[in-house]
Amino acid sequence: MLRLRSAGRSFLLTHLLSSLIHIDLTDQPIDVPTALRSVEADGAGAINTFIGTVRNQSTGRPVVRLEYEAYDSMALHQLRKVAEQAAERWPMLQKVTVVHRKGTLYIGDVAVVVAVSTPHRAESFAACQYIIDTLKQVVTIWKKEFYEDGDVWVAAHP
Amino acid sequence: MSMNLKVALFGIAREIVGQPTLEMVAPEGQSAQGLLQDLHARYPALARLSSLAVAVNNEYAADDTPLREHDEIALIPPVSGG
Repeated sequence: MLRLRSAGRSFLLTHLLSSLIHIDLTDQPIDVPTALRSVEADGAGAINTFIGTVRNQSTGRPVVRLEYEAYDSMALHQLRKVAEQAAERWPMLQKVTVVHRKGTLYIGDVAVVVAVSTPHRAESFAACQYIIDTLKQVVTIWKKEFYEDGDVWVAAHP
Repeated sequence: MSMNLKVALFGIAREIVGQPTLEMVAPEGQSAQGLLQDLHARYPALARLSSLAVAVNNEYAADDTPLREHDEIALIPPVSGG
């Protein structure tokens, strides 16, 4: 059924994609075990997860906290598109969950979880990496790093 | 003919402009690129960012995308999620 894709998106395909993709943007701590359980599937022989956490330094400068700001409607739309692209590229994908945090985070907090399930492990690594890498390029979320003596919007300037 | 545009601002673009939305008057058929040129002239610090994209109705807009009065328009400085 996933081959219908090339002939344009049918109602059935859209329905299938929406049932296998779970996207969330939250100002509450991410419940990692729940995110992992959400991709369990009978057809899965592999579950692969990326968990992004807040590091204590940035290019050697100690970080105190991060603030994430999102353009919510576009971020959710783009996150779904990234997951759908992964489902097109790896048609054996069983389920995908992406949860991104916003608001104030401290060292060790979970900022993002990407979880995918596939029949075999190789595709699970590839799809998980594709999703986090593409998320970082296109999803409308901004990170500000706060140090003891200042703050910087990450990647804003050359 | 001119049209009224409402532009949402995020991250460093919001800080540079000093407010979360901008109301602008633009010529009918103004392109995304034209809007950026206007904004660069008014806020030179925007031109010093690594990149600045325009989004229309939750999609990245090409330079020649014409803007319409009731579009949801946003300025997208370099993203840094993850």
